[in-house]
Amino acid sequence: MENLVMETPERTVMERMEKGTAPPPEAETPAACTFEVKNLSIWYGEKRAIDNVTLDVASNAVTAIIGPSGCGKSTFLRALNRMHELTPRTRMEGTVLLHGEDLYSNTIDPAIVRRRVGMIFQKSNPFPTMTIGENVVIGLRLNGVRNQRFLNERLEKSLRMAALWDEVKDDLHKPGTSLSGGQQQRLCIARALAVEPEVVLMDEPCSALDPIATAKIEELIYELKSKYTIVTVTHNMQQAGRISDYTAFMYLGRLIEFGPTTKLFTNPTEKQTEDYITGRFG
Amino acid sequence: MAVAASIIGKERSVQARMASPSRFADKAFEWLTLAMALAVVVLIILIGWQLWIGSSVAIRKFGFHFLVTSTWDPVAEKFGALPFIYGTLVSSLIALLIAVPLGIATAAYLTELAPLWIRQPLTSLIEMLAAIPSVILGLWGIFVMIPWLRDYPFPWLKRFFGWTPFFSGPIYGPCMFAGGIIIAVMILPIITSVSREILRSVPDLQREAAYGLGATRWEATRIAVLSYAKKGLFGAVILGLGRALGETMAVTMVIGNTPQIAASLFKPGYTLASVLANEFTEATTDMYLQALFEIGLVLFGITILVNLLAQLLLRTIATTSATRAVQ
Repeated sequence: MENLVMETPERTVMERMEKGTAPPPEAETPAACTFEVKNLSIWYGEKRAIDNVTLDVASNAVTAIIGPSGCGKSTFLRALNRMHELTPRTRMEGTVLLHGEDLYSNTIDPAIVRRRVGMIFQKSNPFPTMTIGENVVIGLRLNGVRNQRFLNERLEKSLRMAALWDEVKDDLHKPGTSLSGGQQQRLCIARALAVEPEVVLMDEPCSALDPIATAKIEELIYELKSKYTIVTVTHNMQQAGRISDYTAFMYLGRLIEFGPTTKLFTNPTEKQTEDYITGRFG
Repeated sequence: MAVAASIIGKERSVQARMASPSRFADKAFEWLTLAMALAVVVLIILIGWQLWIGSSVAIRKFGFHFLVTSTWDPVAEKFGALPFIYGTLVSSLIALLIAVPLGIATAAYLTELAPLWIRQPLTSLIEMLAAIPSVILGLWGIFVMIPWLRDYPFPWLKRFFGWTPFFSGPIYGPCMFAGGIIIAVMILPIITSVSREILRSVPDLQREAAYGLGATRWEATRIAVLSYAKKGLFGAVILGLGRALGETMAVTMVIGNTPQIAASLFKPGYTLASVLANEFTEATTDMYLQALFEIGLVLFGITILVNLLAQLLLRTIATTSATRAVQ
């Protein structure tokens, strides 16, 4: 059985599978927060994309980041799993703690970070040379899981969690790209969930989808919240209002306001936030 | 209403000022480009036809035997092209075996791994390799590469793989293997630069998908980049093969120029292109010239055949994945 277990620093897939449900809040982290971001600044070359952002992301909740284009919301999201490092010539300052552990410490491999913090992108990106089934379990395969029975279990479980199982269960051998746009995006969600990440980051996951597919993804996000911590970027304020528990408003790389979604939308403390959500700029 | 009318009025005057689109110029452009495109096709057909005319007597005299016999005796007027066909195919195969992994690995390094500052200079250097005249590469082959091969890698290969027919027998120096290596050097730039363009065209979203799952750089390159680019890379290999089959000067200088079919790669060989280059000036009799023309026709045919097969193969791959999508 040991060969089934994927090594992660804190817990293993199997341990979590036995519990069956969500990672319980860590005892040592107060108020159940998943990420603690302190004084984060990020530069692309000379351009400062993120300016001194401090923010705590609550566990088992949806945190939405809103703001006009170019405000740094995507960069902020990518800093949470070190994806921004793929862009050449980036530099960062500050700390990002995941369950109290520094994601940017020298001893941590970015590949491990991304295993623990999954990501969904603006456009669905299944691997075109792989079947639907292969797409879902590729993350497990990459991490050395070989046991076919275990892979099949994870395949079904992940697809069910992504609300896609009933639509594709007879077509698992077809290419991932044969699905519709909305289905492809849910396939990508299943692929991210298969490795049981601690957090799922979503970078405008519905921006390329029609309203019906969008509604499905939003419903899915709402359901996933019981098991996962979700951070999503959106430039659709109605969407942020519908799906999120907390909302952060960013402007020009700075965090202007952060708080419970209902408060931020009904009674914002900052003038800029109010101007933005009432559509006066942005 | 008055405002609307004035806007419409203005629009009319702009419309009136514009010249009507020239149908003639458009047609002329179409015919001109068509003519250019056809010129290439006509050129290919004319070359094939000339080769056919130039070798018609030989074709009638030797028939199919020309392709399957091994005697090349201009004095007795006995001509068989098999050793040359064999030499061309084997030397090209060796070249591909060396240049394809090297070229694709280099391209992957340049697009996926290399630090930014090194990418452009390295690319330029590799493309400069293509600018070296092949006769100079041949000279380098004779005076540097062959002595080195004879002293170090060949004896080593013989010691460990001498039990296979491919690396047995005496080591002369100029041989089939040396020919294959020099062709590999010559086709490396094209395979590398075409592969690099293809890998660069893989969408970043694919890379991010892999990295997002915790893939290492090698894993991301393998599952997201190389497998996405498979078909294009195959095209790069075929382009390289097309070049390899026709390489002449440098190969002629190192392959040994002996028309024989030998399993050992340490034995000298001969290619279709080399025999043409070497013997055209000596072709004193009509039949000799006819035979050389037929050699040219065979080379022409092999090159076209290889390209057709490759396109067919590519289409089969494409349709099987398409039917998989439909099923």
